[in-house]
Amino acid sequence: MAAYTGRRLLQAIPLLVLISLLVFVLLHLIPGGPMAAYGNNPNMTAADFARLEHDLGLDAPVHVQYLRWLGALLRGDWGYSLASKRPVLVEIGDRLPNTIYLLSISLAVTLGIAIPIGILSAVRQYSVLDHAVTTVAFAGQSVPIFWFGLMLIIVFHVVLRNPISGAPLAPGGGMYTLGEPFSLLDRLHHLILPVSMLAVVGTATYTRYMRASMLEVIGQDYIRTAHAKGMPARRVLWHHAFRNAAIPVVTILALEVPVLFNGAVFTETIFSWPGMGRLFIESAFRYDYALLMAIILIGATLTIVSNLLADIAYAYLDPRIHYG
Amino acid sequence: MARTAVVSIGVRPRVVSLGRRSLARFVRRRTAMAGGIVSSVFVVMMLLGLWIAPYSPAATDYNRTLELPSLAHLAGTDDFGRDIFSRIVVATRYSLGMGLGAVFLGAALGMAWGIASGFYGRAFDNVSMRIVDIMLAFPGILLAIVVVAILGPGLVNVVLAIGVFTIPSFARLARAPALAAKAQEYAQAARALGASNSRIMGRHLLPNVLPSCLVYVTLRVGTAILTASSLSFLGLGVQPPTPEWGAMLAQSRVFLNVAPHLVIGPGVAISLAVLGFNLLGDGMRDALDPRLRD
Repeated sequence: MAAYTGRRLLQAIPLLVLISLLVFVLLHLIPGGPMAAYGNNPNMTAADFARLEHDLGLDAPVHVQYLRWLGALLRGDWGYSLASKRPVLVEIGDRLPNTIYLLSISLAVTLGIAIPIGILSAVRQYSVLDHAVTTVAFAGQSVPIFWFGLMLIIVFHVVLRNPISGAPLAPGGGMYTLGEPFSLLDRLHHLILPVSMLAVVGTATYTRYMRASMLEVIGQDYIRTAHAKGMPARRVLWHHAFRNAAIPVVTILALEVPVLFNGAVFTETIFSWPGMGRLFIESAFRYDYALLMAIILIGATLTIVSNLLADIAYAYLDPRIHYG
Repeated sequence: MARTAVVSIGVRPRVVSLGRRSLARFVRRRTAMAGGIVSSVFVVMMLLGLWIAPYSPAATDYNRTLELPSLAHLAGTDDFGRDIFSRIVVATRYSLGMGLGAVFLGAALGMAWGIASGFYGRAFDNVSMRIVDIMLAFPGILLAIVVVAILGPGLVNVVLAIGVFTIPSFARLARAPALAAKAQEYAQAARALGASNSRIMGRHLLPNVLPSCLVYVTLRVGTAILTASSLSFLGLGVQPPTPEWGAMLAQSRVFLNVAPHLVIGPGVAISLAVLGFNLLGDGMRDALDPRLRD
């Protein structure tokens, strides 16, 4: 097991290097290259441009630039954001916790709803409940997440109002009320809509996975054996069926981490949430070179690590799987 | 012989072709039919939108801005007094067009890639499949955002970006049947008769790859429409004043407080189109899957 984990970790390194190279080359394809952000500044003369290019080391051959960048990256020097002039690591350090905060709560809510519903739907296959769940989940996957977010704002911020105070039921954006001291209630209040947006769309996906996985397991012989030997149905469900049905769901969970980030991009855009998703969009629009590269690299690393975790979790959770 | 005996007593086994059986199975599934009808309606709207729409999508009327739905304007009017219903109908050509274009582009290149990979094998196969792995490992829409940000916003660039990130899944899907077909006698025979590599790939491997890829095209169109409208929503796709569902949603965001009805139509259009193609794809997959019996 340890050897397998170690080998997989080692395999991830060349992949990461390759991806960093890819990202670097990709961004060099921007018309105007990394200097694009300065390209539309009318106050810059050609001489200024050349001097800045030289000072930033951007006149060196591309492979030299790449090696310099990679070296600096490994030493913890991730460069500076062109827009805010602050170090990239500081910029990301400000935003990343907010995204993790939003995504982890959303994920907890998603799983809290999707797992019981998925199980129930599988146990009562072809019941009215099952048909309803399957239909809603399928339809839910066709709804664009950003539109769903806008509809949430319309319903819970614009149309529905608190009958006593007349204030909107839920805040339509932001992470907390600006200018007020920290309050847990205020924080939770601001979480309602963005979390609902992510959770409802996520629930559609995970309910389907949980149901499919559970259906697969309850058809197995060992479940029939457990029932036959007189074990209480509840115990069979949780001890025998659920524990095995959870394995593929855990794997999918790990694989879906990039999808979560994708959801964060839209949720943060719609609800003005100061997180990584919005930072990503902003830096893409501003050609904020160093920041953009850092975010893509973090995203790619996250993807590779989550793939790795999925494989390791699979090997760990399912004793039937042996890796040499 | 048992077989002739059966025939002689007149109980002829009914032989139905795979194609007809699949079609029958498809028609019998109401959801699949519904998906087929909905997606056909959208395709018609894509092709004939300009003639179906009651108003020109660009005609402004500053006396009637942000109006609620009425008989004259089925979905109301926007901030320029343009008819929203007409804009939604005409937008189909851009929203659906981008989705279809991207998937066709990705499918064509991906199939070529997968067939070549399966056909040439060895190191080429190894390297190209590792590249596919890396591309699949990337969060597609994020890279699409970067690509469009780099190339500049616009319809063609969105199609290119989504198309490129559709390639790897088709390459992987096409490789296996190509590999299997390559080992078949008819492919060997073609080679023995002196057929060129490209002829073997085009005439003998491609037909084996097509069925599963065509089903996958339908399944991917929904996702592609979603992605394209998402990019437009972020301001990376079709630019105003061109009507496009995602872009229309982005523009109506400003009026969320005063005219929430602007948001409903384009969102319903996206959801219905995606749902239609998803149902169609699901139905086609089930109908063509020989493991699923009636």
